[in-house]
Amino acid sequence: MMQLEARQLGFRYHKNMPWVFRDLEFRVEQGECVSLLAPSGFGKTTLALLLAGYLTPVEGEILLGGKPLPRRGVCPVQLICQHPERAVNPRWRLRRVLEECGPIKEDMLEALGIERAWLERFPGELSGGELQRFCVARALMSSADFLICDEISTMLDVITQAQIWNVVCSEAKRRNMGLVIITHNQHLAQRLCSRSCDWGGV
Amino acid sequence: MSRTGYKKGLNRRTKTLFLTLFLSVLVLLVYASGILIPGEAAGTNIQYAGQPPSWAHPFGTDNLGRDLLMRTLKGLSVSVTVGITASCVSAVIAILTGIATAAGLRGVDGVIGWIIDLMMGIPHTVLILLISFSLGRGLKGLLVGIAATHWTSLARLIRGEVLQLRSAHYIAASRRLGKSGGWILTHHLLPHLAPQFIVGLILMFPHAILHEASISFLGYGLSPEQPAIGIILAESMRYLSSGMWWMAVFPGLLLVLFVLLLDRLGENLRAALDPYSTQE
Repeated sequence: MMQLEARQLGFRYHKNMPWVFRDLEFRVEQGECVSLLAPSGFGKTTLALLLAGYLTPVEGEILLGGKPLPRRGVCPVQLICQHPERAVNPRWRLRRVLEECGPIKEDMLEALGIERAWLERFPGELSGGELQRFCVARALMSSADFLICDEISTMLDVITQAQIWNVVCSEAKRRNMGLVIITHNQHLAQRLCSRSCDWGGV
Repeated sequence: MSRTGYKKGLNRRTKTLFLTLFLSVLVLLVYASGILIPGEAAGTNIQYAGQPPSWAHPFGTDNLGRDLLMRTLKGLSVSVTVGITASCVSAVIAILTGIATAAGLRGVDGVIGWIIDLMMGIPHTVLILLISFSLGRGLKGLLVGIAATHWTSLARLIRGEVLQLRSAHYIAASRRLGKSGGWILTHHLLPHLAPQFIVGLILMFPHAILHEASISFLGYGLSPEQPAIGIILAESMRYLSSGMWWMAVFPGLLLVLFVLLLDRLGENLRAALDPYSTQE
């Protein structure tokens, strides 16, 4: 069983800036769903970026199955971020955005409620919620083993939230993926996750 | 959407398209006229010297009886050639240095940044004058001078764009989806830089033409036999006091008009290519 773990992780954005966190330990098993609850400013997003390899740790290391994250090829840890409009190229039609990670899987589009006509539009012509579906689709269509969801449903209405989480969770179960769900919503965390990691009291 | 948005008739995209077509035709015409007009048409003819504008000579004739319309067109043709060549070379230098500074090592950024500061610190005219003079004046000196001085601000712009793009989330996401640096450069970065490059190139064009004219005017550019706008204007200065106003007004006006149109085209193109203002 593969696991994604952070060992004695420490990070700061610059030498002159304070540590975001130090000596942080975190672990997710494959097939597990862990939620991460913490107030704003605790470094949740920083941890997400570190786990997915967007940032390199200043101290400690991120290990995937005992080895560092691969530097080349499709990263087995994929991140879906809070701002979908920043995660897509504003000059690309959305079909191209999706095709960046390989051929489009039709059933995925249907499950996420992505309409065919949206594929021919530019990101500026869709709403945040519609774009977020594309980001989820892109992450799920890659061959990732772990998925980090950084407040992906904060800006969505309740029905869309339910739809997206249904797809993410069923796909994660089917492919035995590890999920890290970062959220402020305790009920969502209790409902979806097998284990909860609450930094609020720390 | 309200209907009032349509009351102006053509939208900016259409207007820009027309302007582009019109200007391309104009540039081609000016360029072609330089080649097609035979030397004799702008040759000396003392018996017609110093004539004011008339139907036979719409721009009048100069002190040696040369037809000023023909001479101005030939002069503009030279300016266009110098402008296009110099700004193309300059723009290519700009994009290469811009990408190199943003993507390269810290040292490269420092050295090129220092050169840019130095070049921006010295007035362009002085620098072109020095380069042109040290290369023995003439067309070559002028071309090298203009090409070597105009890339700095565009290089800065491109450096800033690349730095901003490099930290963009979608670029990082692309890398995590297994795309190589080269793929990202050609698929994400360059298409984003292309409009900046084209607009920068077109906006550099009027500058280059004006600099060519001013250096020639000062006598450090093209040789006096060549019918350049700057030379024509420099000659006209001597005859202004004797009332031959047409020698300065028409060539000057045509130059200003040409430069303004090009500038306008660049600005329109910028607005049309920016993804955040195209929808306006």
